[in-house]
Amino acid sequence: MDPYILKKDFPVLDDDTLCYLDTAASSLKPWKVIKKLDEYYEKYGVNVHRGVYNLSYVATQKYDESRLKVSEFINSTFEEIVFTRGASSALNLVASSYGLNNLTEKDEIIVSELEHHSQVLPWQNVSNITKAKLVYVPLNNEGRITVENFKSVLNENTKVVALNYVSNVMGYISPIKEIIALAHEVGAIVTVDAAQAAPHKKIDVVDLDCDFLSFSGHKMLGPTGIGVLYGKRHLLEAMPPIEFGGDMNDNVEKYDASWKEAPYKFETGTPPIAEAIGLGAAIDYLNEVGLDNIAKHEYDLKEYTVNKMKELGDIIIYNETSETGIVSFNIEGVHPHDAITYFDGDNICMRAGHHCAQLVIRWLKVVATLRISFYLYNTKEDCDKFIKTLKEARDFFKSVGF
Amino acid sequence: MRDLEVLYRQVIMDHYKNPRNKGLKQGMEYKTIHIKNPTCGDDITVQSKIDDGVVSDVRHDGSGCSICCSSASVMSETLIGKKLEDAKSITETYMNMLTNKEFDETVELEDAIAYAGVSKFPARVKCASIAWKAFEGTLESE
Repeated sequence: MDPYILKKDFPVLDDDTLCYLDTAASSLKPWKVIKKLDEYYEKYGVNVHRGVYNLSYVATQKYDESRLKVSEFINSTFEEIVFTRGASSALNLVASSYGLNNLTEKDEIIVSELEHHSQVLPWQNVSNITKAKLVYVPLNNEGRITVENFKSVLNENTKVVALNYVSNVMGYISPIKEIIALAHEVGAIVTVDAAQAAPHKKIDVVDLDCDFLSFSGHKMLGPTGIGVLYGKRHLLEAMPPIEFGGDMNDNVEKYDASWKEAPYKFETGTPPIAEAIGLGAAIDYLNEVGLDNIAKHEYDLKEYTVNKMKELGDIIIYNETSETGIVSFNIEGVHPHDAITYFDGDNICMRAGHHCAQLVIRWLKVVATLRISFYLYNTKEDCDKFIKTLKEARDFFKSVGF
Repeated sequence: MRDLEVLYRQVIMDHYKNPRNKGLKQGMEYKTIHIKNPTCGDDITVQSKIDDGVVSDVRHDGSGCSICCSSASVMSETLIGKKLEDAKSITETYMNMLTNKEFDETVELEDAIAYAGVSKFPARVKCASIAWKAFEGTLESE
């Protein structure tokens, strides 16, 4: 893959002063995806599943095609893919439907401090309602979830394991396959937050044997407002819907009703049709470039940048050993919100704050961090520009007395 | 000089490094408001004491970036000793200045005028206004 050629597919990057290093928050979108949204609105912008006319049939077909693409993307089947509003909704669906209906006070839920709020808070809610116990895997000294530490909290009472595949702050890849196998030995189900994994690495749900896996469209070149929940078919079939209304029902009586099969029983109301179709186009684009190539490219840029950052001095890097394209760091003595304004002045987009993961920020014993994250459209020049500004920022803040 | 340099060179660094009127007071005569910005982690508590229509004390404590922390300190210095109506109009003028709205240039902002530069950094307006919003809150709870 050639990032210099790929860059041209992203209209936001027409501004060649822009250095976009915030893909972990949201990726940029290529023309192919943007055009796909237009195509829906221009050519067949009507509702799905309802109209008994050709145009609605076309829209439904495109919508279904996209679901099929998503299912193939992670090696699952059509019926196992639920479209949601985003990864957050997908993770919430598992907690609200599976969690609230299957857990009791005797049960335990394993989470970690490395989770995004969207993974830990829904289970905190389940724990508060069902009185099931919320248990945290101790992180190792680098802030990683390890198999050994996971074993130390796993027991016969564990019913749910809710962990990330790739951390949005540390960029670590969790040993999720081993964790899933161990969890299954005690009869627990595993729900995987793959929001930072799906855009960057090949996922095979059959190989992982995960029970649920969630991700977002907008972090993988797709539109906002669309996410995916994968669930094993027998689990989805046994789970009650959490939202009720049009399109999800089968037979409706005055005091009772029945539901469609999964995935439709979880998708009430007019779905994000254009967004789902746009996600299909994003998956085509990623497949064309190849996820393995993307992962290697991001890692190489990350290594190149981290080495330069270490040469600068006075830069604290929190996740040097990360296997992906995410770097969390601070300039010694400078609050990240002071620093970010300096980068903004050079048109470098990056993140400052707690990245919707307050628990790991607290674990790091800092108030917040700066974060850069790479993707397929980033180049070595982006890294060099970032390093140049980082050096200037460090010198500037020192000179004014930080 | 970059706008940023202008911003930091003035009173901001002084008050960030040597905050005035920092630390909270006990006592019913102090009205206390705590504001947290969950997106960035700024966390400020402001207290005011009003005696006979005069702001007799302003205290602050908390953590955040230099703009957030220094603005709380500058605010306390600016407002202590002011009549309540004047303090209110200074606060209103300051907020309007930050958000590029029309503001009454005859109102004396004293050192708080240093934050005029923040209006060039829309992403930082929240940092510079959080302490002042908290002060306004203490008046509402009167």
